[in-house]
Amino acid sequence: MKSTDSTAPQASPASVAGPSRRRFLTATGAVGLGGLLAACGVGGGSDKGAAGSGKGSIRALFMKQAGYSEDNIHAMTASFQKAHPGIKVTADFVSYEALHDKIVAAAPAGTYDVVLIDVIWPAEFGSKHIVSDVTAKWPASWKQKMLPGAVATSQYDDKQYGVPWILDTKYLFLNTAHLKKAGVPQGQLETWDGVMKAARALKRAGVTKYPLVWSWQQAEALICDYAQLLGAFGGTFLDGSGKPAFNQGGGVQALGFMRQSIVDGLTNPTSTQSLEEDVRRVFSAGQASMALNWTYMYGLADDPKQSQVAGHVAVRQTPQGTSGRPGVNGSMALAVAAGSKQQAAAWTYISYLTSQPVQDKFALSSLPVWKTSYDDPEVVKTNPAVVPQAKKQLGDMILRPQVTSYNAVSQALQAEIQNALLGKKSPQKALDDAASKASSLLGS
Amino acid sequence: MSTGTTLGRLRRRRRRPSSGPASEARFALTLLLPAAVVVFGVVLYPVVRTFVVSLYDVNSPMAGAYPFVGLHNYVRVFSDSGFYPVLGHTLYFTLLSTFLELSLGIAVALLLNAPLKARWLWRSIVVLPWALPTIVNGALWRWIYNGQYGALNGLLDTLGISHTPHQWLGSPFLALNMVILADVWKNTSIVVFFILAGLQTIPDDVYEAARIDGAGAWRGFWRITLPLLAPSIAVVLILRTIEAFKVFDIIYVMTGGGPASGTQTIAFYTYLQAFSNQLFGYGAALAYLIVIAVFALAMVYLRILRQGRMAGVQ
Repeated sequence: MKSTDSTAPQASPASVAGPSRRRFLTATGAVGLGGLLAACGVGGGSDKGAAGSGKGSIRALFMKQAGYSEDNIHAMTASFQKAHPGIKVTADFVSYEALHDKIVAAAPAGTYDVVLIDVIWPAEFGSKHIVSDVTAKWPASWKQKMLPGAVATSQYDDKQYGVPWILDTKYLFLNTAHLKKAGVPQGQLETWDGVMKAARALKRAGVTKYPLVWSWQQAEALICDYAQLLGAFGGTFLDGSGKPAFNQGGGVQALGFMRQSIVDGLTNPTSTQSLEEDVRRVFSAGQASMALNWTYMYGLADDPKQSQVAGHVAVRQTPQGTSGRPGVNGSMALAVAAGSKQQAAAWTYISYLTSQPVQDKFALSSLPVWKTSYDDPEVVKTNPAVVPQAKKQLGDMILRPQVTSYNAVSQALQAEIQNALLGKKSPQKALDDAASKASSLLGS
Repeated sequence: MSTGTTLGRLRRRRRRPSSGPASEARFALTLLLPAAVVVFGVVLYPVVRTFVVSLYDVNSPMAGAYPFVGLHNYVRVFSDSGFYPVLGHTLYFTLLSTFLELSLGIAVALLLNAPLKARWLWRSIVVLPWALPTIVNGALWRWIYNGQYGALNGLLDTLGISHTPHQWLGSPFLALNMVILADVWKNTSIVVFFILAGLQTIPDDVYEAARIDGAGAWRGFWRITLPLLAPSIAVVLILRTIEAFKVFDIIYVMTGGGPASGTQTIAFYTYLQAFSNQLFGYGAALAYLIVIAVFALAMVYLRILRQGRMAGVQ
């Protein structure tokens, strides 16, 4: 039993001469809270980076899917360190879905010196000083030597916030054995209309239950597929004044096309829960005859160790819609983190990874950003199936909106596109709702 | 004994004011300092800082002069059309998962308390799901539920129950329920162990006396087991409700909040606003509302627990 007698001699020793426990806690609490309030600035840490000595240790953040593999990056880094013994690089890898948020969360502490950024982030990261403006470091010749789609990757407001490194778009992958079985000529796949006819023929012939598989999970992957179709049907994300325009014309047609392919049983219903890697697995297991995916899928789907369809994989330029055949610009760039204290060393590392010889060497995983690489027989030899298609495709790419609030706009669009794909709303209604949300986010 | 000796020593020291209390207070302060630093750094600093951030329109992780908006971020939560669906999903998730985990947990604990052969083995097996990291658990169930090559469709097909592949994560409401089941699979273990610990404190004589008085097993369960388990149930109920209300990681891994935002919960929505959209002020306000809700829940449960204890004493 606890004594409640305050006069009892066995009261706490501290109560006799020292501070009471309550007083102690009150005092410490007050001092602590005061200190906390004083220390509580809003926003995070300092964004003041420094050039550094150009030597020392740097940390880089990459993604572990699509584009260059972890092994590729480790190999590039090892050869970089051999050439620059004064710089030690530690490479971290996260999934694409975690990449943006990891960059944001790590920015105040200046954890990373080099970060891989997607084509949709320069507006946000540049305007918020999360990555450094490197316009002054760009040699004038780069803009001419790089493909235009690549230059746009790290550009916002006429400034460069990195160096393009992964130049990618989505191609149409085919299982040639399936097409042969169903008697579908590859030439028929020049248009989306032709693709749908081929899918019907494949289904009719019982070759695949669902001939098409897509990455339509509620994620950025869905917007990439939608962008490619929106471009093919002549739509645009925003109009000339920056207001949402995807709820008109081609934007609605593209979504109608997507929904219809589900209704007709041509698209695998797992598509609404799939990311690019799920698409690769289904295609590599021979459970789909056609799929849209990034360049990296070719190397893996045609590898007998990882795929059941190796030797039967072909890749084509994205099909034509009613108004063109642009590929979605899915490129990525390497940027110097604004909080880095080793910006000079970071730039040396970026310059090495993005250099033409290094990119040419690893062209099987990701095609180079440099124009002349596509005529280099050594590069063509690394990826003979994809390079000829890339030469046609990479000159015609559609960009997703370059706005600072892109993520929020994209989330609104993803949710509404899924509402239409699941048949909960008509494509027009879903896109109208998304446009209304996007308008308020864009302040238009 | 040892306490008495310590008290005796303390009394003796108090009679010599010149050497005792001041140095003891200093000693106490020294001992408390590491804990105080940890508590301020890990608990109080984030709590205060989050509140301060929630009063500003912070839209970047970097330092800067952000406009002071007072309680505007809190007001904005209630006028945000995206907030109410996620609140609904969160409440549904919390109620259903806690109910299922508690019911199953009690049932399994009763079973494991029975004199089974190799009881240690069954108890070890039950702890396995809880020992799995949530990320692994989420990835595991994402594969099990996969409509194309998932084990659940395979099982139903093999058993002849259904030959049509189901898209378990394909529609919003079904996906939410399937995520709840995955969560229940993992977290029932912890309920089992709490209840099992509670069951072992109930003496066999009570049941024996009840049996002599003619009470059957069912009556014994309702009249003896459940009332005596009340403190354990209350504790586990507090823990699971709070955890379920804050659910984030399993959703991040299994569905990414989809399809059609049908599995987004408040914690997930807060994360999206703060980190993906960099609305740190708004995200901080949402986080604070979660803290208040969880605190209120904890207070209600603790009150119930206290009343239960007092009733038990009476």
